[in-house]
Amino acid sequence: MDLKPETLAEIEAAIPKYPEAQSAVMPLLHAIQKDQGAISNEAAEWVAEKLGIAPINVLSVVTFYPFFRQHKIGKRHIRVCRTLSCAMAGGAKVCDKMLQEFETELNAVSADGEVTIEFAECLASCGSAPVMLVDEDLHENLTVEKAKEICDKIKAEAKA
Amino acid sequence: MAVHPKEQRLILKYADEPGYTPHIDSYMEHGGYDMLKKAVTMEPQAIMDEVKKSTLRGRGGAGFPCGLKWSFVDRKSGKPIYLVCNCDESEPGTFKDRQIVHKDPHQLIEGIMISCFANNVAKAFIYIREEMPYGAKILDQAILEAKEKNFVGDNVLGSGYSCDIVVHRGAAAYICGEETGLIESLEGKRANPRIKPPYFPAVLGLYNCPTIVNNVETLCNAVHILDMGAEEFTKIGRPNNAGTRIWCVSGGVQRPGYYEVAGLTLGELVYDICGGPLPGRSIKAIIPGGSSMKILKNGERYKGKNPDGTDYNWGLEDIPLDYDGIAAAGSMSGSGGMMVLDDTVSIPAALANLMAFYSHESCGQCTPCREGSLWLKKITSRMVHGEARPEDVDLMLDVAGQIAGRTICAFGFAVAWPVQSYIAKFEDEFRKYAAHLSDPNADRQAIKELACNG
Ligand SMILES: Cc1cc2nc3c(=O)[nH]c(=O)nc-3n(C[C@H](O)[C@H](O)[C@H](O)COP(=O)(O)O)c2cc1C
Ligand code: SF4
Ligand code: FES
Repeated sequence: MDLKPETLAEIEAAIPKYPEAQSAVMPLLHAIQKDQGAISNEAAEWVAEKLGIAPINVLSVVTFYPFFRQHKIGKRHIRVCRTLSCAMAGGAKVCDKMLQEFETELNAVSADGEVTIEFAECLASCGSAPVMLVDEDLHENLTVEKAKEICDKIKAEAKA
Repeated sequence: MAVHPKEQRLILKYADEPGYTPHIDSYMEHGGYDMLKKAVTMEPQAIMDEVKKSTLRGRGGAGFPCGLKWSFVDRKSGKPIYLVCNCDESEPGTFKDRQIVHKDPHQLIEGIMISCFANNVAKAFIYIREEMPYGAKILDQAILEAKEKNFVGDNVLGSGYSCDIVVHRGAAAYICGEETGLIESLEGKRANPRIKPPYFPAVLGLYNCPTIVNNVETLCNAVHILDMGAEEFTKIGRPNNAGTRIWCVSGGVQRPGYYEVAGLTLGELVYDICGGPLPGRSIKAIIPGGSSMKILKNGERYKGKNPDGTDYNWGLEDIPLDYDGIAAAGSMSGSGGMMVLDDTVSIPAALANLMAFYSHESCGQCTPCREGSLWLKKITSRMVHGEARPEDVDLMLDVAGQIAGRTICAFGFAVAWPVQSYIAKFEDEFRKYAAHLSDPNADRQAIKELACNG
């Protein structure tokens, strides 16, 4: 396991926050996934060892939560909300536009490796529907035009 | 967001003021932490009594009286008592906790600390959904600031009382909003809800210790109850529905958004504050309290007897906008997430959208919920894709009936209620789809986009 120093520091800081070590599974997985892009079997075993629990207890968490993944995705993680309020406001068209711009399909890594576009369930921002997350940034009140602008920006940043 | 004149802001009083920031200075310039200062000079029991007297009800979903919940905590076990703030905000239609956390995090910290002091809690957790990464950072920063000022941590304000708060991030699973699923998740496990009894959090919660789980908005109210006193608090809104509520309105209205109000009718919120339907459209139905709640149909009369024996006979717009009002109309105020469906919305397509949500989010440990939600997704999906079978409407009711009340957690109702209520109120629409009688000119593309289920 080749973790960045700041990842290791984050891990060491997380464990003592909890009365029981197993509670630190999710913070550790968050830190490792951010560092490495996905949770490998090696990483799951490393977390298990670190917390003194069985690897299966780590893997069962990794496989339960949609955010944790065992395979890498594109450099940018795009999640378009598909739930009712966003769907009523045109979320599907926004998603289609994103897919078209990057010539990719839902849940796939785009050919240039830049993005993975997924549907997300309600992102708790229904009043400004439709919305999507690009990595950590929430984009609101989307239209097909705005979606195109976001795609252009991502493409420009990829070239820079 | 501009504050509407009909709003009565208590929790979001400062959040949208120009220049107000999440920093502790903003909060303290507005009297922040004065109530914590007062609390630590009081007897914990006196604070609990005040909260009980306030009749404050939970803002997370079920509307359970907060003081009563606190009174169930097992204080004789000798085990530590934990408090968990539920900031999963995952019920579709809900976006109020987001406003508090991002704009006025210290109000939440103060509410948590007052509640912890009252209940002799030495460790609190805030469970925040993964999809609010900035919210988690803002809370972490706010806790640091509060520690520097000795509002959180060891020997709070020299009172001898110590309590720490830890922010815990979820990982995009809706079921973590259910309190026992949340507790499992916080223990580092799959968020499989626990069976009650015996696992009532107040007795056997986090690490099998007594645990209080409260919603973000509920905990913020503790500050205001101490500030104005329980008696004044009960004067806001109708009896048994005390305090303001932050309603989240989305869908087919002119001004969607969050509005903190008390004592209004549903019509005042949807027509006066939110401006009613978009030009040329009309309101068809309203899902009042998050996507799990039963739908209310426009044009229907809501009739019954008041507790005092008098009759009520309401149109949709007359329904009192509170726990008891919406319950009297046959639904629930839930999390305050109101979705407005206008006349362009196909009800079967809306249901197909939600069934895709529920089948994705079932934790999978109860067979009726896991299998039933998948069946309902498949049936509603084929319905909107023009491949319905004549028996489908009855089959949906049959499947929903076998889920409701036969599962470990209330997610089972959350799947069944939409199915049962949408069919009850809009049976014609479903029967037309099932019999392939839908308008051949119907906009198939729009219907698919609304279902949005692949
Ligand atoms: C399926 C399901 C999802 C829930 N999601 C949330 C949620 O996202 N946020 C929340 O505060 N409560 C949620 N609840 C309610 C919690 O279980 C719990 O009752 C609530 O947090 C208690 O807080 P309160 O008494 O302050 O309302 C959910 C309940 C169920 C059954
Ligand atoms: S009802 Fe559904 S979500 Fe709740 S415990 Fe059972 S399977 Fe899980
Ligand atoms: S439905 Fe998309 S944010 Fe809630």
